[in-house]
Amino acid sequence: MTDREVMAPGQVSSLQIRAEEDLLAARHAVRAAALEAGFGLVAQTKLITAASELVRNCYVHGGGGELVIERLVPPPRAGLRLTISDDGPGIVDPDAALVDGYSTGHGLGHGLGGAKRLVDEFHLDTGPGRGTTVVITRWVGR
Amino acid sequence: MLGDAERTREEIARVVGEQRDRIVATWVRTQEITLAAGGAVDGDELREEAETIISCLYEGLAGATPLDQVATRFPPLRNAVTDLSHRWARLGVSATAIAGAIFALKDACVQVLADEISDLGLRLDAIELTNRLLDGAGLLTFQTYVDSREEIIQRQNRQLLEISTPVVRIWRKVLAVPLIGTLDSGRAQIVMESILQAIQDNEAAVAIIDITGVPTVDTAVAQHLMQTVAATRLMGADCILSGIRPQIAQMIARLGIDLSEIITRSSLADALTTAMRMVGDVWPVEEKPSESTFSNVP
Amino acid sequence: MTSSEIPILRLGKILLAGLLKELDDKTAVLFADELSRQVSTVGAEAVVLDITKLEIVDSFAARILVEIATMARLLGARVVVAGMRYPVAITLVELGLDLPGVETALSVEHAVNMLSQPGGSRDG
Repeated sequence: MTDREVMAPGQVSSLQIRAEEDLLAARHAVRAAALEAGFGLVAQTKLITAASELVRNCYVHGGGGELVIERLVPPPRAGLRLTISDDGPGIVDPDAALVDGYSTGHGLGHGLGGAKRLVDEFHLDTGPGRGTTVVITRWVGR
Repeated sequence: MLGDAERTREEIARVVGEQRDRIVATWVRTQEITLAAGGAVDGDELREEAETIISCLYEGLAGATPLDQVATRFPPLRNAVTDLSHRWARLGVSATAIAGAIFALKDACVQVLADEISDLGLRLDAIELTNRLLDGAGLLTFQTYVDSREEIIQRQNRQLLEISTPVVRIWRKVLAVPLIGTLDSGRAQIVMESILQAIQDNEAAVAIIDITGVPTVDTAVAQHLMQTVAATRLMGADCILSGIRPQIAQMIARLGIDLSEIITRSSLADALTTAMRMVGDVWPVEEKPSESTFSNVP
Repeated sequence: MTSSEIPILRLGKILLAGLLKELDDKTAVLFADELSRQVSTVGAEAVVLDITKLEIVDSFAARILVEIATMARLLGARVVVAGMRYPVAITLVELGLDLPGVETALSVEHAVNMLSQPGGSRDG
């Protein structure tokens, strides 16, 4: 169980997304890391929510995958970087997927576009047949 | 038999212990000259600083901390050095002068070591080790200086934001937020968070955002205001926007911003009357409140 | 298995449910089913959902809340979501989710007061 693991600065931890329960475990892991990194309440909530959207996408659309939590320390700034990846079918039209309202599954279609607005940096790497990798970063004290 | 390193260390400790007064005197003299221009630190203080640091250095040399880490890891010396940096930084002494002070201390030590150790090899080793040790201390002052400046900037930023976004409870379950000055996106975000937190803490039903003192409103700021109103409603409270001056109203109209979802009132007084009605209270006096009593307040 | 493990209390014509811990998706769906069944059998006039303890409401949870509200309205009941924490509210707004059709209240107490007032809607 990695969700109570306390990370030292610069440390990386990872979590497999294989079952429905892993969605909660992933949220807990991100919350613990966000607390440890010194995020304020609002920033923490935004980051956990973004992670929740992406991890759900990874499980529902990508058939499961991995969440990597990376603690960034100065220089230049302190922050948290999350990488969510799967080997699923990938997204055919990534640009359309980022527009609000686009959804091929459940939810209100705010998964990707919404998650993007909740973080400082957002990177999407996907294509038909090559899975989906999303890297999000949020800096402390923005 | 002692190892070379151990012997060097003992020798440095001996010399520093015996020649403490001389090191302090030399150092105070150099510092009085360098700091004279600013006049920030006087001679007695300098003597005290020097004595503290030398004592800690002596303790550190006599202790078990690895020699090259005495400056950075031995708590008393580390604290003495960071304390000095903090205090001098607050007095306005420059980072260069503070680091310079530690390097001057190094020179003073090296000078007595050169005079007091007769064995040439031992003397060189002692000087080299002392150099390394006090260079570490010099770097430490620089880091401390940067940290303390950073802390001051952060604190002032926070104070500035707190001053500029007072959230006042003006009636039972009614909050008022008079905004003054330019709202940029960053500040609007903080305003939004403080309003919402105040609503939660006070279980307030209505928050009045008064923008009488805001010179301009652009699309981004209007967006933030609308987000604030939306978030307020999600929490189960309401928001009233007051103090929209004619120029601002024009600007909002010209930008095509739709504020129709938001309750707006021209003055804070009107907004308060509306807010009280919303929380189920009525104005305590019979006649309609005189607007001038409120709008004349600068 | 039909129970969602979330207790639903009945106060006259009001159903009160407290979402006390984070919901996984399955529990949320089961809860919505259970709630609609109860609204119908009890003939409830209102549903109060206490979300004071929820630290996260993502798009899935928001969708469930909207679905519950829509379903309840079809069955003739109002839905009041009470006690949303301010970071959750900010996050939802930034996600662009404003819970259409869902009434809100500062706390369960406010929600019950609001419902007991004649024609008592918060917006007057």
